[in-house]
Amino acid sequence: MKAQRTLGIVSVVAVGACSIVGLFLIPADRLQGEVQRLLYIHVPIAWVAMLSFFLVFLMSLLYIVQRKLKWDLLALAGVEVGVLCTALTLVLGSIWAKPTWGVWWEWDPRITTTAILLIVYIGYLIVRGISDDPDQRARWSAVIGVLGFVQVPIVYLSVFWWRSLHQPPSSPRSMASAFGAVMLSAFAAYTVAFTYLIMRRYRLAQRELELELRGPEELA
Amino acid sequence: MSDLRRRSTAILWKDLLTEVRTRQGFSAMLSFAALVLFLFSFAIGPNSALLSQLSGGLIWVAIIFTGTLSLGRAFQTEELAGGIRLLRAYPGDPRAIFLGKLGANLVLLAALQILLFPAAGILFQVDFVPHAPALAGIAVLGTVGFSVAGTFFSALTVHARARELLLPLLLFPALIPVVLGAVGGTEALLAGDPMSRLTGWVRLLAAYDVILFVVCLWIFPVVLEE
Repeated sequence: MKAQRTLGIVSVVAVGACSIVGLFLIPADRLQGEVQRLLYIHVPIAWVAMLSFFLVFLMSLLYIVQRKLKWDLLALAGVEVGVLCTALTLVLGSIWAKPTWGVWWEWDPRITTTAILLIVYIGYLIVRGISDDPDQRARWSAVIGVLGFVQVPIVYLSVFWWRSLHQPPSSPRSMASAFGAVMLSAFAAYTVAFTYLIMRRYRLAQRELELELRGPEELA
Repeated sequence: MSDLRRRSTAILWKDLLTEVRTRQGFSAMLSFAALVLFLFSFAIGPNSALLSQLSGGLIWVAIIFTGTLSLGRAFQTEELAGGIRLLRAYPGDPRAIFLGKLGANLVLLAALQILLFPAAGILFQVDFVPHAPALAGIAVLGTVGFSVAGTFFSALTVHARARELLLPLLLFPALIPVVLGAVGGTEALLAGDPMSRLTGWVRLLAAYDVILFVVCLWIFPVVLEE
């Protein structure tokens, strides 16, 4: 419990420090201007989203093989963090794209696939509501956790092929050299925050399950 | 293996027999598909050049909308009468249920497409006849991918209250490679494949079909457990 609190404090401080450095202290990109600072948040959040969905995939596989509910709870934690971060990634990306590319949305394979990923895992969360039986719920969710992850690379590939029929992206995502150290430390900071969020959500999910299984009277 | 085949065939036969005897499903499906084609023409306007240019995409969207409605029924009819529990109670590999239902869905969708493609050809003024064999190949690949994912998610969502909404929500993202491959292939074929992209789309379709089939077949018993 104490370790968890320490982790929480570390993540807040680390993410906060990276945001201050990225958003205020280091000079802005000469070509893109101030809006480029958003990338110090956008990119690490996208990284956390991918990390979350990979966790979901692993936990879902583990659940299918071992049938232990703790894997299901960890997968749930991963999906919630992942859905939040994917939505944030898309919003931040749009805000960055409007002044940079001139459009809110571009049918780029990466963007399109990210949006589809969001829908798939929102579907996952809805499927969890179908059954009141924890084991059944875990089974159905695990199925989507596995299948959802399997389809992602192929969706990406097919959108990439489809996209290549059209004109190439008008503005390449070339990054300035200021990327370096700040971005790397942001990755580290957000990964710590990811670990903390997953741990907290997992604890909460455990409590919820206990409550569900025993009923409120017995818990006292 | 032959046991699995016998069981699957039995379920396939049962589903088709039910369909033939009631006939409600298929005629409703057909009318719905025709309506979707009409709606497209109304939405796009009476511009026959534009319609024939878009025909590949329009047909596949019509197939997928219609197919999703009919796929949803595959397990729903079982659920209503408690049949799924009975099917599960029979000895043997539960994958036979998946294979049998998949087969029945394939037959239904194939029958739909045999009627839908000529109808679309007439409505959108596209001549499918010279490309018929190759088009049939793309249609088969697209239909297999669609049916595999559809049968699978239909089984998964059958217990949901809002299954009519949940099925497309889960199914459509999984269908993106199928849609892009089938539409891309159909359009390339009709245009005479000017950029020689046809092989690429066919390969994508075939590869995705195999991957989907293997993963769904492997995981299906997990969906059905109680």
